[in-house]
Amino acid sequence: MLKDITIGQFFPGDSAVHRLDPRVKIVLTIVFIIALFLAGGPVSYAAVIAFLAVVIGISGISLRLVVRGLRPVLFIIAFTAVLNLFYTPSATGEYLWQWGFLHISWEGVKVAFFMVLRLMLLIIATSMLTYTTSPIQLTDGLERLLSPLKKLHAPVHELSMMMSIALRFIPTLIEETEKIISAQKARGADFDSGNLIQRAKAMIPILVPLFISAFRRADELATAMECRLYRGDVGRTRMKQLHIERVDICACVIFAVVIGAVIALGRYGL
Amino acid sequence: MSEIIKTENLQYAYPAEEGQLSVPVLKGVDLSIKRGEFVAVLGHNGSGKSTLAGCFNAIRLPTGGVCYVDMMDTRDESNTYEVRKTVSMVFQNPDNQLVATVVEEDVAFALENMGVPPAEIRKRVDEALRAVGMYEYRKQAPHRLSGGQKQRVAIAGVIAMMPRCVVLDEPTAMLDPQGRREVMAVVRELNRQYGITVILITHHMDEAVQAQRVVVMHQGNVLMDGTPREIFTQVDTLRAASLTVPQTIEVLHSLNRQDGEALPIDALSIGECADILEQYLA
Repeated sequence: MLKDITIGQFFPGDSAVHRLDPRVKIVLTIVFIIALFLAGGPVSYAAVIAFLAVVIGISGISLRLVVRGLRPVLFIIAFTAVLNLFYTPSATGEYLWQWGFLHISWEGVKVAFFMVLRLMLLIIATSMLTYTTSPIQLTDGLERLLSPLKKLHAPVHELSMMMSIALRFIPTLIEETEKIISAQKARGADFDSGNLIQRAKAMIPILVPLFISAFRRADELATAMECRLYRGDVGRTRMKQLHIERVDICACVIFAVVIGAVIALGRYGL
Repeated sequence: MSEIIKTENLQYAYPAEEGQLSVPVLKGVDLSIKRGEFVAVLGHNGSGKSTLAGCFNAIRLPTGGVCYVDMMDTRDESNTYEVRKTVSMVFQNPDNQLVATVVEEDVAFALENMGVPPAEIRKRVDEALRAVGMYEYRKQAPHRLSGGQKQRVAIAGVIAMMPRCVVLDEPTAMLDPQGRREVMAVVRELNRQYGITVILITHHMDEAVQAQRVVVMHQGNVLMDGTPREIFTQVDTLRAASLTVPQTIEVLHSLNRQDGEALPIDALSIGECADILEQYLA
């Protein structure tokens, strides 16, 4: 189950999507998410899906990976679907099915369907951002985008550093958790039976060693960073400078056209 | 001055925990290390060898005595930055010293902190990665590499900084034999090819043998200091400090003791040992 966590994972490549400037990618992803909520009907959703499919195609990321990214949030998606399905009132008062306070209307089915679609697209779009952008580039991009806030003494550099270290350690800590689970199982720990509270209690022998080791790692990493002359945001340079290039401008133009069309279609309820 | 590191009566005690006395770990170490030397520091667990390494890099400040790095007193905080630029360090656990999610970005980390111009960083990162044989892996994520490869990346990060001295604190302790060989080859290269002073903290005898000079630590003091040949032939003194001797010497020493032979025991390599045994049997 831990292997399913793909959030923040990066799959190196050399496609046009990979080469885009991280700032451009971040901004476009945000615009994309906004557009998702402005899209209104089957036609505009079809356009969004087609667009996303093309982006995935160009990036060369396998569809299996994209789908796997959805698995950890499946529960939330299902939950939203059920709520929307049962609680959307019908405009005409006609219901497809009714039992006590539960009822399913035609509108409910539609709303639930589009909500699920919307959430899935949202997650796929954001995971495409992290799949194709190295975390360093991502945090670099964020740091640059937010750098005007430095004037207000917001700790932008520190935040982006923390984020990139957190991302760096996700796979390491997952590996560690799996080792601890195996070690506790070998000692006879039971994680799979009992009620919810018993299962939650069974997590304690996993979390305690995990936290202790994470603190120790943090301590060692801090020492190592100091040894490598890290002094915060004092006089730092970057190996990779960010430049807006022709690919970025092309991407922006294509994006503007597609998203403009989607919003226009959405306004007419298509 | 030809000394890069010099300690005078260096003492260090870890701060006391509540209700306990502080434990002195270093009890007056006098040591001087010349430029370009390859020194192995040997010692049993708790002998103070890692603490000593920390003093060379101003991670630990002496609680008594002085440690000079390139004539700079490590206690003076205004020197700390220059001290760490002169002496850089590689740690035991490769996972806990790699900062970035891509190999080349990690190698660039120290240079970015130093404020080196981007084009220069690029050049030095590529050179350093080639030097440790990890250039093909430059776009990889560190967690996909083997332990030996991660440790070589960490060493590349150090090479890129171009320090005058590198301290390696048990760099092979968590590696398999293959990884150990890879790392040791790179460590020798550091010293021979780049003329960097290397201080290798270890408890593997076969690694210490590769150094020019061996310092044996015992209970917070320097017990022995000399060439590998001088040190490892003193089998009984080493045993008293709970250290083993290289197997080649062990064999010859046992033959001498049990059969009353008088073989020379200074065989540091398997080849030398085989030669002596051949003569003995013939």
